[in-house]
Amino acid sequence: MIPLNYYLILSAILFTIGTAGVFVRRNLITILLSIEIMLNAVNLTFVAFGRALGSADGQIIVFFVMTVAAAEAAVGLAIVIALFRHRESLNPESFASLKW
Amino acid sequence: MTEALAFYGFAAIAVVASLLVIAQRNPIYSVLLLIASFGALSGLYVLLEAPFVAVIQIIVYAGAIMVLFLFVVMLLNAPHEDTEYDERVHPLLRPGPMKFGAGLALLLIAELWWALGRSGDSGSFPAGAVASVGAIGRSLFTDYAFAFEVTSILILVAMVGAVVLARRDPAEQRISPLAVPENLEEEARVASSFGAGGPAPTENRP
Repeated sequence: MIPLNYYLILSAILFTIGTAGVFVRRNLITILLSIEIMLNAVNLTFVAFGRALGSADGQIIVFFVMTVAAAEAAVGLAIVIALFRHRESLNPESFASLKW
Repeated sequence: MTEALAFYGFAAIAVVASLLVIAQRNPIYSVLLLIASFGALSGLYVLLEAPFVAVIQIIVYAGAIMVLFLFVVMLLNAPHEDTEYDERVHPLLRPGPMKFGAGLALLLIAELWWALGRSGDSGSFPAGAVASVGAIGRSLFTDYAFAFEVTSILILVAMVGAVVLARRDPAEQRISPLAVPENLEEEARVASSFGAGGPAPTENRP
């Protein structure tokens, strides 16, 4: 039987990979993919804790996280398409008009 | 024994695939590797006795959201970070990301050490797991009914927002009121020059 801690460690590693991807990559689509990795790491934590507490709530929260992720992906990708049409680039450095 | 083997296998696939997602230069490979990572996570959900989550992980995430990503990657057709610096030095091997990653890893290790040190037992699972889809559905439509309905509004708003955002510039897309008569006159001129039979469209209009 795999203990809960192992799932938490795995989830932390995945979340770190996602965070590093958001900060390191210079491609809007890869950044969105990294956000999906982070959301999935959190989902794993929810399911593991729900299993440890013997409750269905963890799985229900995962259901809601997935709907929010779907909405986020749809709107985010629409923004990416609009930005690419505007500047012909996916590099976040190209969209710095509001920075300073 | 089998369970431990499955856990380590799925965990290794998930971590390696996620690492490759952020290490790939080509976003198409990133998307495909992320689908592999989601498949491994789905296996972990099965190990956690959550078959409902495992199935919607495959259907919704790998099936719908990732296909949307793949669609956009292929639509935009801008696969590479193609400045000269990007070609020479891999994005993950630059000094800034190396320092940042090392700091993040140290923070993660410290947090894990602190958090896992505080929980006394090793955190093994109790026997009873809620695995039935019926129980989840009943809870979803009674205790969480309001949140469920709000979710449907969220999806609707996201759908409308995505359509509005991805639409082309409205000025060039809008059909001008002058366009239709011009086209009809043009058609009528062409038709009469070829001596076509039947009344020309302009005659029927008031």
